[in-house]
Amino acid sequence: MDYIDNIAFAILLIIGIGFFVKNVKKLTRNIQLGKNIDRADNPKARWKNMAMIALGQSKMIKRPVAGVLHIIVYVGFIIVNIEVIEIIIDGLFGTHRVLSFLGGFYNFLIASFEILAFLVLASVIIFWTRRMILRIPRFWNKEMEGFPKNDALYILYFEMVLMSLFLLMNATDVHFQGLNSGNIISQFLAPIFEGFSNENLHIVERTAWWIHITGILVFLNYLYYSKHLHILLAFPNTYYANLNAKGKLTNLEAVTNEVKLMMDPNVDPFAAAPEDESTPEKFGASDVTDLNWVQLMNAYTCTECGRCTSSCPANQTGKELSPRAIMMKTRDRLEEVGENINKNGEFVDDGKQLLNDYITPEEIWACTSCNACVEECPVNIDPLAIIVDMRRYLVMEQSAAPQELNMMMTNIENNGAPWQYNQMDRLNWKDE
Amino acid sequence: MNVPTMAEMMAQGKQPDVLFWVGCAGSFDDRAKKITKAFVKILNKANVNFAVLGTEESCSGDPAKRAGNEFLFQMQAMANIEVLNAYEIKKIVTACPHCFNTIKNEYPELGGTYEVVHHTELLKSLLDEGKITIEGGKFSGKKITFHDPCYLGRANDIYEAPRELIQKLDVELVEMKRCKTNGLCCGAGGAQMFKDAEKGDKEINIERTEDAIEIQPDIIATGCPFCNTMMTDGVKATNKESEIEVLDIAELIANADDL
Repeated sequence: MDYIDNIAFAILLIIGIGFFVKNVKKLTRNIQLGKNIDRADNPKARWKNMAMIALGQSKMIKRPVAGVLHIIVYVGFIIVNIEVIEIIIDGLFGTHRVLSFLGGFYNFLIASFEILAFLVLASVIIFWTRRMILRIPRFWNKEMEGFPKNDALYILYFEMVLMSLFLLMNATDVHFQGLNSGNIISQFLAPIFEGFSNENLHIVERTAWWIHITGILVFLNYLYYSKHLHILLAFPNTYYANLNAKGKLTNLEAVTNEVKLMMDPNVDPFAAAPEDESTPEKFGASDVTDLNWVQLMNAYTCTECGRCTSSCPANQTGKELSPRAIMMKTRDRLEEVGENINKNGEFVDDGKQLLNDYITPEEIWACTSCNACVEECPVNIDPLAIIVDMRRYLVMEQSAAPQELNMMMTNIENNGAPWQYNQMDRLNWKDE
Repeated sequence: MNVPTMAEMMAQGKQPDVLFWVGCAGSFDDRAKKITKAFVKILNKANVNFAVLGTEESCSGDPAKRAGNEFLFQMQAMANIEVLNAYEIKKIVTACPHCFNTIKNEYPELGGTYEVVHHTELLKSLLDEGKITIEGGKFSGKKITFHDPCYLGRANDIYEAPRELIQKLDVELVEMKRCKTNGLCCGAGGAQMFKDAEKGDKEINIERTEDAIEIQPDIIATGCPFCNTMMTDGVKATNKESEIEVLDIAELIANADDL
């Protein structure tokens, strides 16, 4: 019967990791529903971006308070999780603090973990205060109502609880406290349990230990359903981000072929249309499967911090557009399409699409393409790319541009300028 | 004013060092035409060997592309590229960040590869080469702020050339709270220039003008004809026209020199 703990632990671990693998598969499958786009060029610049922006958090500190606190939580999260290695070994083999043979170095490690755990706890409490007491506006935009708001709070509570359990588990570890080295924070918690017998202390310690590791596994599986996915996806997202100048929009290749054909004087005007696969089924995007996989990965990476929306000129002046909402709606629709495929084996038309059912033309037309959202995003998400693709669909597939833009485009077609002026008057300014 | 066209140059068997791409606003908009002329005056004074396309120029296609009309954009782009390539153009300067961005970034894939510079960059290099001198003149001691055009700044990471030029004017360059990478759009980009804004509680150009008013400048400098229009309208709408002037950097330099 001595092994019952270890077996229970092994089962817990297998279930936890098994579900996580299943979710990762679902996630990659959904991302691959996107169109192909080549982002394998220039690996050097891509690795550098990933190192600087995801690992180095260089864009986070543009807003210093949130940036510094985030770095503490991020570093704490990574370092404290080294302790999970020990927990897993202990859990599987019934050892206790298996790494303690490292002696002084072990105590140094645990001391660092304790300090970080404390700092993380403090930072997370400040984060909560910023959200709920200071009510920083970008956390209260209308797209944050309901689950998005709660999601953010669940994550903060999770982190608070996990860090507290880690400190509690150390504080009630009689042997560890006895060493009186490495318990740099937990020694101040230990007196709380002064009256406890060693046996009761052991029960508290074991309980904290079990809830802690179970909590970690639950949290791991919560990721897929949460905005917190950014802790994983920030890395590929920054790696595959656009490397071109932000002002450069893609040129649609299918259109290039067509325009070249139109301008070629040698082409036979009576020839049948070529039946190759270069002609796309539609121009632009009206649903998630028309977007490319980087745009879909962007949607899963978004952690809904709202820096984009708070810097968006349209949003600041009360327009319907919010770049964050564009990303959130894309993810919601992608999830819906994914569920549809899970249920039916393949996608069965559900009479819905990203355009109109999630993102309205009013949002799409409010964008000034100023790139403030792209510049702001701490993990290089590009909401503008989605907006432009949807405009392309509205204009090229549906001829549904706002009336004034139709006039502007007619003018360009007729007289080579967005206004009604004669081409032949272009140089009049010289003599005016 | 000496404004040779490419056709004239070609007829004389000459090739300019740089083509001045005037753009639709610079050609037709009354306010922007003043910027065009100011820039040409500087080019003439510095003896720059330049030419314009004149009636052979056509819209770069930027507003069509940003509105989602890729067909119209590529038709414009390829027609322009045919003209530019026929004249064997190597270098292009423009006072419009939208034309600048489109020709620089979006034309190469369609067969048009040129060295493209914004007029503030060209002015900066003329200054560095000693071909022009910039003195404060009538602007001496004035307080000037620079509004970053999105298509110059964030879109193409050009923040310093315009500022270095302003600083040469013997003026006080003051920054708005949102500037450079954080600069707020004037509201005209992405084809918004040609339509009314969607429903909201404020116009973007007013929001931006208020940024400027906060630091009480004598002049708002810009480097984009559309920003110029939006900021000028913003200054009028907030009844500040008697206190704040909106000028392009080319105008600042030309006016300082009484050109």
